[in-house]
Amino acid sequence: MSATPDLALVPDVDRPVDRPVGRRDRGPRARRSLRSLRVVLPAAIVLLVVVVAAVPAAFAGWFGHGDPRACDLTNSRGGPTSGHPFGFDLQGCDLYANVIYGTRPSVFIGLAVTAGAVVIAVLLGCSAAYFGGLVDGVISRTMDIFFGFPVLVGQVVILNSIATRNAVVVAGVLILFVWPFTTRLMRSAALSTVEQGYVKAARGVGAGPWRVITRHVLPNSAGPVAAVVGLSVGSMITLESALTFLGVGLRQPTISWGVQLNTAQSAFRSDPHLLLFPSLFLTLTVLAFVVLGDALRDVFDPRLQ
Amino acid sequence: MGLFVLRRVVGMVPLLLGATFVIFAAVYALPGDPIRAIAGPTTEISPATRAALTEEYHLDEPLLVQYWYYVTGVFRGDLGVDLRGRPVFDQVEAAWPVTLQLGITAWALMALVGVGLGTLAAMKRGGTFDWLVLGVTTVVVGVPYFVVAYVLQIVVGVQLGWLPTSGVREGWPEAYLLPAVCLALFGIPELARLTRASIIENLHADYVDTATAKGLRRRVVLVRHILRNSLVPVVSVLGLALGFLMSGAILVEGIFNVPGLGFTLFNGIRQHNGPVVVGISTLMVFIFLALNLLVDIVCGVLDPRISLVRDA
Amino acid sequence: MTALVEVDGLRVEFRTRTGWARAVDDVSFHLEEGRTMAVLGESGSGKSATARAMLGVLPAEQSRITAGRIDVAGEDILQVAESRRRTIRGAEVAMVFQDALSALNPVLPVGFQITEGCQAHQRMGRRRARERAVELLDLVGIPDAGRRARDYPHQFSGGMRQRVMIAMALSADPRVLVADEPTTALDVTIQAQILDLLHRLQDERRMSLLLITHDMGVVAQMADDITVMYAGRVLEQGRADEVFAHPRHPYTRALMQSVPRAEQKGQPLRVIPGSPPDISALPAGCAFRPRCAQAAHDCSSPPPLVELAAGHFSRCHLARRDPSVSAHG
Repeated sequence: MSATPDLALVPDVDRPVDRPVGRRDRGPRARRSLRSLRVVLPAAIVLLVVVVAAVPAAFAGWFGHGDPRACDLTNSRGGPTSGHPFGFDLQGCDLYANVIYGTRPSVFIGLAVTAGAVVIAVLLGCSAAYFGGLVDGVISRTMDIFFGFPVLVGQVVILNSIATRNAVVVAGVLILFVWPFTTRLMRSAALSTVEQGYVKAARGVGAGPWRVITRHVLPNSAGPVAAVVGLSVGSMITLESALTFLGVGLRQPTISWGVQLNTAQSAFRSDPHLLLFPSLFLTLTVLAFVVLGDALRDVFDPRLQ
Repeated sequence: MGLFVLRRVVGMVPLLLGATFVIFAAVYALPGDPIRAIAGPTTEISPATRAALTEEYHLDEPLLVQYWYYVTGVFRGDLGVDLRGRPVFDQVEAAWPVTLQLGITAWALMALVGVGLGTLAAMKRGGTFDWLVLGVTTVVVGVPYFVVAYVLQIVVGVQLGWLPTSGVREGWPEAYLLPAVCLALFGIPELARLTRASIIENLHADYVDTATAKGLRRRVVLVRHILRNSLVPVVSVLGLALGFLMSGAILVEGIFNVPGLGFTLFNGIRQHNGPVVVGISTLMVFIFLALNLLVDIVCGVLDPRISLVRDA
Repeated sequence: MTALVEVDGLRVEFRTRTGWARAVDDVSFHLEEGRTMAVLGESGSGKSATARAMLGVLPAEQSRITAGRIDVAGEDILQVAESRRRTIRGAEVAMVFQDALSALNPVLPVGFQITEGCQAHQRMGRRRARERAVELLDLVGIPDAGRRARDYPHQFSGGMRQRVMIAMALSADPRVLVADEPTTALDVTIQAQILDLLHRLQDERRMSLLLITHDMGVVAQMADDITVMYAGRVLEQGRADEVFAHPRHPYTRALMQSVPRAEQKGQPLRVIPGSPPDISALPAGCAFRPRCAQAAHDCSSPPPLVELAAGHFSRCHLARRDPSVSAHG
């Protein structure tokens, strides 16, 4: 849970499963197609968000100014006017441009942390399952220590001690605490794969560990981890914003949604737009990733094939 | 069963040591000036202060020795003294009952609403209520909690004036209700979906057919067989949730100005008050581990497959 | 010999993607006291559905019984109130399921699951019920029954678990036992033990046994009477020794020929070509026609079930026209 619930733990009972003799559920086809609305809609939003994150300059200028740092204190807290659809923030900067530019660090962190956690999960999870014994013991004990941590507390403590906190550093610390969750998934999936006949056969024929892992273990146990990728990106974005909100994440002058929300705290009653617009974008982005992740998981579910 | 518990308790010790060491190292051992780390990046430090702090925290000794002092101190109940001279233990003593009340209220809310919604959704599967529950839980996952908190504060606290929005002057339950709701929102979506999924899975399980074929009444089958099995994973998550609620408390107590452990930690961070941060974090880790242990025991009791090994 | 259970014209439909399909179509048979009826068929033949219809454990939203009668001790259980049906389940007719591991509740001790059955139908104190549970476990051959009654299903091996299931089915002293593939999940040596157990229990209690199976060996060993099902329909029915000696349906014959025998060593296995049909898309006429080596032109009209010899029925145009053809052809 920490900042977001771990919906990956919930078994998906709505996914139709083939039952014997005539017990067929209605409408499983639509869920399987990559072209169905369930996949296309969130995918489009995710794509849009990623593009905005990559080239914010292209979008920031749409309604007028475009430069998030062109600030005029006389405009401080101003409401939406022409050329500035979201109004102005506390410094008098164009809020719209700031929100657009804020996409980048959040999306970067969400993707980077997920990617990092997955890479570590693959390396450590597969190694633990394949080599067993001492290797597995060390990796599992280490994971247990991290599981014993209230995650947010640990992140807060460590981040607080670090002076420079840019997106890369924050991403690194997040990876440090999040890797056990993906690794645990990977390890259990890999454990059951390693027991399979074809893996034992490959080992028996003399194939080296690298070959066996990459060609046999990994493809067959990637499922559970792939299923949570969408949720993970969304969760990490939320987590980063929570940390920044607490004051231990990204800092000014970095432009990020978390920073915007943090500064909006004191003023939200009088000028709710300061809180509203960044929140809207944050929510939309997180939801898009999560829903896309869910939809893709259904499409690629091996049980339906 | 006894062996099971003993093994888990023994296993807890290295975890506790490992976790507290990581926290300790994070605050005191990162490259750079440890005094700077304790005092934060911007505080002014005079040479006298520096000497005093070095002595107090044994900073001229190796890290492990420092850690040893720290651990033995904890066992004596001495969590150190913070940068303002206040013993950390006193602050903890004042704060923990507040967090306890908040945590338990939130947990109860989460259990009732989460499990309740999930059960109803499962029973009326496919109906409007079910879709509503599924939809709302997905959305709640995405909305940042602080937005929810502020909105609740404005709407319920200010405009409607039903509940206080800051501090705990009004005592339980008024002052705790809003923050508890906010905290509970962390866990309700997952709990509701898990309950729903678990019950649906069990509704069509094979052993239900067996129970029906024995001629048992539907209500008996429902409660004694279906619910009993469905609630096993739910209880597990509920138990873990209590631990995660602690993390959430840091956030929620900050927004609502509830003077509990989380709030104290929150301020300790803001004020760069190292010893407070370490002390409270240690306590939180301990509580977290203890709660996890409790959950494991309860789960072991509820689901014999966990605690008993097959011997046939 | 009285018929304890009489099934007449039973029709069960399942919901499929293309609408309702008949999983059980016009199935009739009767169970007599002390005799074993084997219902033989491939997967998808509707044999399980038939058994489940008798016990009222068909999946509620996916299925419906649209025609027929199931008489238990003279009473049509399809017409009576649910509360009456409940008193019959377990007490008159009990069921043993195929996979004991999933059919037993994993979080309740097996002893409790048996006493539950005892107490549901008879006013029995807890102590007496527990004693009875231990007696039953002992009866089915579980060693150290007193201690084992407190164990959970996952603590038993496969064969032992199946015995527990049987004990549970017997808890309310039923007169009819329905066993749905009771040995399919077990290995061969254990299979034999379980079948022996069933046979012994049946003898001692004068129970009627309805054995659902796809295994000819099981049929040969246990059955007094046989019903052969295919695609939801009864294709052949009669006393076991009669059907084995003079099979009067191409399907039955093909089934028997496909059982490997030592004398055939070195020759290719004789299989029935093709696979069982999708019940939502059955061919017109005889359901077996696409796979029948002797299919003739009039097989495109549905053959009726006809009594060709005393108590021996067959649903086949060819058999009806010329009984000697299908017996020797």
